[in-house]
Amino acid sequence: MEHSGENERQSFRELLDQANDLSTSSLRDEVVQSLYQTSQQICQKTVRFTKSKEDKKTERLDAVFTSPIWGFPIMLAMLGLIFYLTIAGANVPSSMLASFFTWLEDYISMAFTALNSPDWLHGVLVLGLYRGTTWVISVMLPPMAIFFPTFALLESYGYLPRVAFNMDRLFKKVGAHGKQSLTMAMGFGCNAAAVLSTRIIESPRERMLAILTNNFVPCNGRWGTLIVLASLFMAAGFTGGMQTLVSSGVIVGIVIFGIFVTFVVSWVLSKTMLKGVPTHYTLELPPYRRPKFFDTVVRSSLNKSYAVLMRAIKIAAPAGVLTWVFANIYIGDTSIFMYGVNFLDPFAQSLGLDGYILLAFILGLPANEVVLPILLMGYLSTGSMLEVDNLADLKNIFLDQGWTWLTALNMMLFSLLHYPCGTTLINIYKETKSYKWTFVAFIIPTVIALGVTFAVAQLVRGMGWV
Amino acid sequence: MNNTYRIALAGNPNTGKSTLFNALTGLKQHTGNWAGKTVSLAEGAVHYKKSLFRLIDLPGTYSLYSNSTDEEVARNYIVFEKPDVTLVVLDATSLERNLNLALQVMEMTSNVIVCINLIDEAKKRGIEIDEQRLMRQLGVPVLKISARNKTGFPALLDTIDRMIQGEISTSPFSIQYNEETEAKITQLEPNVKKLVGDRFPTRWITLRLLDGDTSLLDEIQKRMQQEEDLTWNTVGKTSANHLENF
Repeated sequence: MEHSGENERQSFRELLDQANDLSTSSLRDEVVQSLYQTSQQICQKTVRFTKSKEDKKTERLDAVFTSPIWGFPIMLAMLGLIFYLTIAGANVPSSMLASFFTWLEDYISMAFTALNSPDWLHGVLVLGLYRGTTWVISVMLPPMAIFFPTFALLESYGYLPRVAFNMDRLFKKVGAHGKQSLTMAMGFGCNAAAVLSTRIIESPRERMLAILTNNFVPCNGRWGTLIVLASLFMAAGFTGGMQTLVSSGVIVGIVIFGIFVTFVVSWVLSKTMLKGVPTHYTLELPPYRRPKFFDTVVRSSLNKSYAVLMRAIKIAAPAGVLTWVFANIYIGDTSIFMYGVNFLDPFAQSLGLDGYILLAFILGLPANEVVLPILLMGYLSTGSMLEVDNLADLKNIFLDQGWTWLTALNMMLFSLLHYPCGTTLINIYKETKSYKWTFVAFIIPTVIALGVTFAVAQLVRGMGWV
Repeated sequence: MNNTYRIALAGNPNTGKSTLFNALTGLKQHTGNWAGKTVSLAEGAVHYKKSLFRLIDLPGTYSLYSNSTDEEVARNYIVFEKPDVTLVVLDATSLERNLNLALQVMEMTSNVIVCINLIDEAKKRGIEIDEQRLMRQLGVPVLKISARNKTGFPALLDTIDRMIQGEISTSPFSIQYNEETEAKITQLEPNVKKLVGDRFPTRWITLRLLDGDTSLLDEIQKRMQQEEDLTWNTVGKTSANHLENF
């Protein structure tokens, strides 16, 4: 046995020597390479990637959409395009709806006359309720019916997470969390819902930043106001397609300004009340998907537009009646409504607004959707009764009240920056369980809205632009 | 217990190998120390028909060269302990990367079953795997499972059983290297065979020797010495059983 063991050891050594002679350093590379090639060949025959083309497409698209150079310009262009389509597309249906409602109003009024109804009833129901709500429908419904589906298509295509990705870089710089861009995107839909969505941010400090600044992106209820005012006043010196282009440019500018304010406020808060180091996270981007076109369009048009419209009408209709009643109940020779307007007017004028607008914002606390309707009803009940045939008449109502482009701009700015709506404030309290932070969430936007509109008004008037 | 068989589980890290192991063995697990190794392996049992399968959860590795202790443990177990079946667990969502390990195992033993895990996840990502075609390509059984959802287990256990009963004959795919390497293999392999006989996979050992893995030869020498001693000292028992007790 010992002998055989000796022999064996001998043979092993010989084998080892022979192997050493034959061995080369490149052999391992060859072995590994063959291994990988074989794996690849076998997989090519047996594995099918039904989404592989999509994956490659995703990479290529992301290289463009999230590129440090092209990301932001594309983002702005997309946003601009949506607003362009919205404004350009909304004009015709808006006019058609407006003339339809005017045509119908004649018959309704005739019915009231035939039934010998008192003047005040006709006033409350037709001039207040009917005219107010139909204005809202004809003015706000078409833009919403175009804006929401287009936005929803971009969302279901997978572009919106790329926007968040682009924004992420900036949020880190201002001491906030990258996820804030997602909650902000949600705020474009509804600030109240977005406040709830900040739960995805783990750090309480960064979550508070997201809650306090979410209001600076315009929600559903404010898009209508922004789009209407921009299209009526912002491009008066232009005609045709150029006019629409300028109007959409103004809205893009307003949105960017809101984002800018978000960054400034986040930065200031993270250096003062909410100090700390931002935490890092990785944002996973979903693949681009071909949107289910019909589904998306129908769902968002019907659901969203309908919901916003119903909310507006539900609150606008009683508010319309109330506004009309207040505007027609006189104490001495002044109506209750006008007391409020007159009280607010001097202050509002210094902001480039007027008493009606400020009162409409105050009465519109429950929901942003009703600000424009309340304003319209206030104007209608005190101003001259116009025969309304098209959208230009809406502008005439405003012009009769002494509006300039400054009034429109500052109303847009105020709408963008002012305190969150009632629902959002309630949600902020529920989420923070703190009166202090709820108050902070109320007071920061209010102060900024007052400050910015005041500064703009003083600047524009001081320079003699109006 | 004549009907006890050893099934080794090999696979890349994070392929759900341990999930499969736990799902199959339930609480019938313990940690076993393996011959001369500092690394301990989890071992568990599962009854199937008249047999008891002893499952050995090898360390998760990307390859089976002697780059690390984990890789050596896994490699040595497959080559020297000679489990009745080596189950290679692959991640369906990255099959190409995972397949490397299966190919390496198939160079070492022919009792291989390829088990493609995470098949539900792959389906979600639009990855379709033609397992029939893969089976023909590899020459060993290929099964799709989802360890998390416990799907595909009956077929897997049945395949293991039939392989153990000798009802499945395999012809594992053999990688063809370039001419130069193949020439060296042809030159060296007869000498390897002369020395180790049919105990160990000679082509694989030849490759490792050409790769400069001299420690493997020491290991082989040691094992063969032990084997011889055991044969001399205890007559009437199979070497496999001894190795198992060792």
